[in-house]
Amino acid sequence: MARLELSNLHAEVAEGDEKILEGVDLEVESGEIHALMGPNGSGKSTTAKVIAGHPAYEVTEGEVLLHLEDEEFGEDIEIDEDQRTWDLLDLEPNERAALGIFLGFQYPAEIEGVTMTNFLRTALNAKIEEREELFEEEEGEDEEEEDEGFESSPMEGPADEGEVGVAEFQQILQEKMEQLEMDEKFAQRYLNAGFSGGEKKQNEVLQAAILEPSIAVLDEIDSGLDIDRLQDVSNGINALRDEQGTGILQITHYQRILDYVEPDHVHVMLDGQIAKSGGPELAEKLEDKGYDWVREDVYGTA
Amino acid sequence: MSSDQDHLKETDTEARFEFKKEENAAVKSDKGLTEEVIRMISEDKDEPDWMLERRLRALEQYQNMPMPSGWPGMPDLSELDVEEIIPYIRPDVDKREGVDDWTELPDDIKDTFDKLGIPEAEKNALSGVGAQYESEVVYQNMQEQWEEKGVIFCNMDKAVQDHPELVKEHFMTTCVPPSDNKFAALHGAVWSGGSFVYVPEDVTVEMPVQAYFRMNSEGMGQFEHTLIIAEEGSEVHYIEGCSAPKYGTHNLHSGGVEVFVGEDAHVQYSTVQNWSKNTFNLNTKRAICEAGGTMEWVSGSMGSKATMLYPCTILKGRGATDTHITIAFAGEGQDIDTGAKVYHNAPDTSSTIESKSISKDGGRTNYRGLVHIADGAENSSTAVECDALMFDNESTSDTMPYMEIEESKVDVAHEATVGKIGDEDIFYLQSRGLDDDDAKKMIVAGFIEPITEELPIEYAVELNRLIELEMEGSLG
Repeated sequence: MARLELSNLHAEVAEGDEKILEGVDLEVESGEIHALMGPNGSGKSTTAKVIAGHPAYEVTEGEVLLHLEDEEFGEDIEIDEDQRTWDLLDLEPNERAALGIFLGFQYPAEIEGVTMTNFLRTALNAKIEEREELFEEEEGEDEEEEDEGFESSPMEGPADEGEVGVAEFQQILQEKMEQLEMDEKFAQRYLNAGFSGGEKKQNEVLQAAILEPSIAVLDEIDSGLDIDRLQDVSNGINALRDEQGTGILQITHYQRILDYVEPDHVHVMLDGQIAKSGGPELAEKLEDKGYDWVREDVYGTA
Repeated sequence: MSSDQDHLKETDTEARFEFKKEENAAVKSDKGLTEEVIRMISEDKDEPDWMLERRLRALEQYQNMPMPSGWPGMPDLSELDVEEIIPYIRPDVDKREGVDDWTELPDDIKDTFDKLGIPEAEKNALSGVGAQYESEVVYQNMQEQWEEKGVIFCNMDKAVQDHPELVKEHFMTTCVPPSDNKFAALHGAVWSGGSFVYVPEDVTVEMPVQAYFRMNSEGMGQFEHTLIIAEEGSEVHYIEGCSAPKYGTHNLHSGGVEVFVGEDAHVQYSTVQNWSKNTFNLNTKRAICEAGGTMEWVSGSMGSKATMLYPCTILKGRGATDTHITIAFAGEGQDIDTGAKVYHNAPDTSSTIESKSISKDGGRTNYRGLVHIADGAENSSTAVECDALMFDNESTSDTMPYMEIEESKVDVAHEATVGKIGDEDIFYLQSRGLDDDDAKKMIVAGFIEPITEELPIEYAVELNRLIELEMEGSLG
C-alpha cells in the first residue's frame, strides 16, 4: 500500500514568479483511480510535474509526501519505520521514480538512437539500483561496483548482480507488449521517435506496466487518441490498477476516457486549487454543464 | 607472443640503436626540420633512395609553403611551433626501444586506460614497445588468413621494403601529393609507420582489417601513413583504433591516409581516435574512387587541442559513391574543426555526408565541408546533414558547408540542426529512474548511434565509453 499526499501545495514557475498552484490538497492511494479535471491553465499539468520533480517549478509552500507499506517492496521486505514516509520535494526526479512515482507525459520526449528495449531495461535497472541506495543508505557505504565485464550484450552493458539481464528483460517486455496489443517491432524502435500520438500514449502505459509504480500520474493520456486506441490505453490503465495495484491520478479534460477507466474520485481544479471533489457523477455533470457552474458554486460568481 | 617478440628483437639492428644516440645529439643542437634529420630517419629505416628523395622533395615543399590562414573560424594554430617538431620525433624513437614505460605516461592517459577497463597486459602493450609485438601478432594472423588470396596487410615501413612497386606507384603521388597542403608536405617528409593494405581483384576480405594498437606502438606514430589499395571488384573494411590517447609529450599529429578504390570495389575506412588534450591534430585523408566504386568513411574524433580533419573523396568514375559519417566531441579548451570533402567529377555519382558534433564546457565544434560537382557530372546527387548537440551555453558549434555546383542536372540537399541537450528530454528520462548524468549519457549515446552502428561492437562500446568519460570530465 502506498499513499501520495499533497497538502497545501503552492508552486510557481522557477524563473519568474508566476503562481500556478495555490494550495492543492489531494490524496491518492494504491488501487484507487482519481480523475483530475479542470479547464486549461487551472494547474493540472503543473500538479503532475511538481509531483514528479520537474525543475521548471518551484514549490513555495506545502508538502508532497509518499507513504509506503511493506508490500510495496515484495513480501519479504520490511520497510523501516523511519523510511515509510518520504518527502518527495527533497528528492531528485529519479529518486521519486525509484520510490514508485510515475509520470505519464502528455508530450513525451523523442530520443533518437535509443531503442525502447535498451531504454526500458536501463530504466528498470536504474530504479532497482536507486531503490537499494535509498533504503540502504545508512548501513552500506558507497561500494564502488566493479565492472565485471560484459556478461550480456556489450552494447547493453554488463549485467551486474541484481540487475535484469537482456534475455530476462526481453521476456518481460514481450509479455507486456502483448497485453497492450503493441506490435513487437516497437521494441527495436527508437524511444518515441516518429511515433504517432496514439503510439506515444500507448508507450507511456507500457512503461508504467514495466516499471510497476505505486502511484501513476497520467497527464492527459487520452488526448489525441482515436476510439480504438483509447480503448487499448484504457485497458492498459485498468490493468495497472487491477494487476499491480497502482494508484492512478488521471488528468483529463474529457469525460470520454472515464467511460473506460472508471474513477473512484473526481476532482475539479480551478485557479490552482482543488475546487470540488466527488464521485464519478461529478465528471458526468461536468460533461453536461462545463466548469462555470463549479466556479459559481465555489466562488459565488461565474 | 614471445616468439613474435624474439622475431622483432632480431630485426632491431644495432645500427638503429647507434643512430638513436646520434640523433639525440643532433636534436640537442637545436636545429629545426632539416635535411640532415630527414636523411637520418630514412637511413634509420634503411629506405631505398627513391623514398628518401620523396621525403626531401616534400621537405622542400613544406619549407616553401605558408601556414594555412584566412579560413573563417579556423582553429588557432599559433601555439604550434613547427620548428619544435623534430624534438618531438626523437622521444618516439626512444619509445621504439622501450625506454619509456608505463610510469612515464601522463596521469590523465593512465587514468583513461583504467577507466576503459583495459587490463594490465594491454596497458603495458599500449604504453610502449609491447604494442608493436601486439600488432605484429595481428598482422601475422591477417597474413595467414588471406595471403593465399594475395591480400597484403603490413606495416607501412615494411611495405616500402617488401612491396616497393606498389608503394612507389601509390605513395603520395596522385592521391595526397605533398604539394596538397603544408601538413601533407610535412607528413611526406617525416612520415613513419602506419598500415599498408592491398586487396587484389575480386577478393572480398570478410572480416574487418584492424590496426588497433599500431599507432601507439609505432615510434614515430605521430606521422603514420595509411595506404589502402583495393583493386577492381574487391571489398575491404579497414579499422584503425587509436582510442588510446597519444603520449602527452608530443603536440603534433599529422597523419596521412590514401585510399584507392578500384572499379566496383568497396572500401570502408573506420577510425576512432582520441588524442591527448595538447595535441594539434592536422591530417590529410583522401580516397580516389573509380567507376562504380564505393568509399565509406566512418570516424570518431575525440581529444586534441585543435583538430583539422576533412576526409576527402574524389568520385572519379561514373556511378561512384561516397559516404561520410563523422562525429566530433569538443570539451573545454578544444576546437574540433572537422567535416568532409567530396568532388563529383563524373556523372551518376552520389555522396552522403552525415556529421554529428557534441560540444561541452566551452568547447567548439565546426563542420567544414565542401561538395564540388563538376560541369558534366550530371545526375549526381549529394545530401549533407549536420547535427550539433551542445551541453551548455558556453559551448559553440558552427556549420560551414560549401557547395560548388557547376552542373545543373544534379540533386543537392543540405540540412543542419543545432540544439542544446533538452531539459525536457532529460527530465523525461529522469522521471523514468535515470539520474541526471545517465540521462545525458543516454541522449548522447543515441545521438552518436549512427556511428556506433557502423562499427564492430568492441569499437562501438569503446566509443560510447570514451564519450561517457569525456562527459564526466574525467579524461583530463
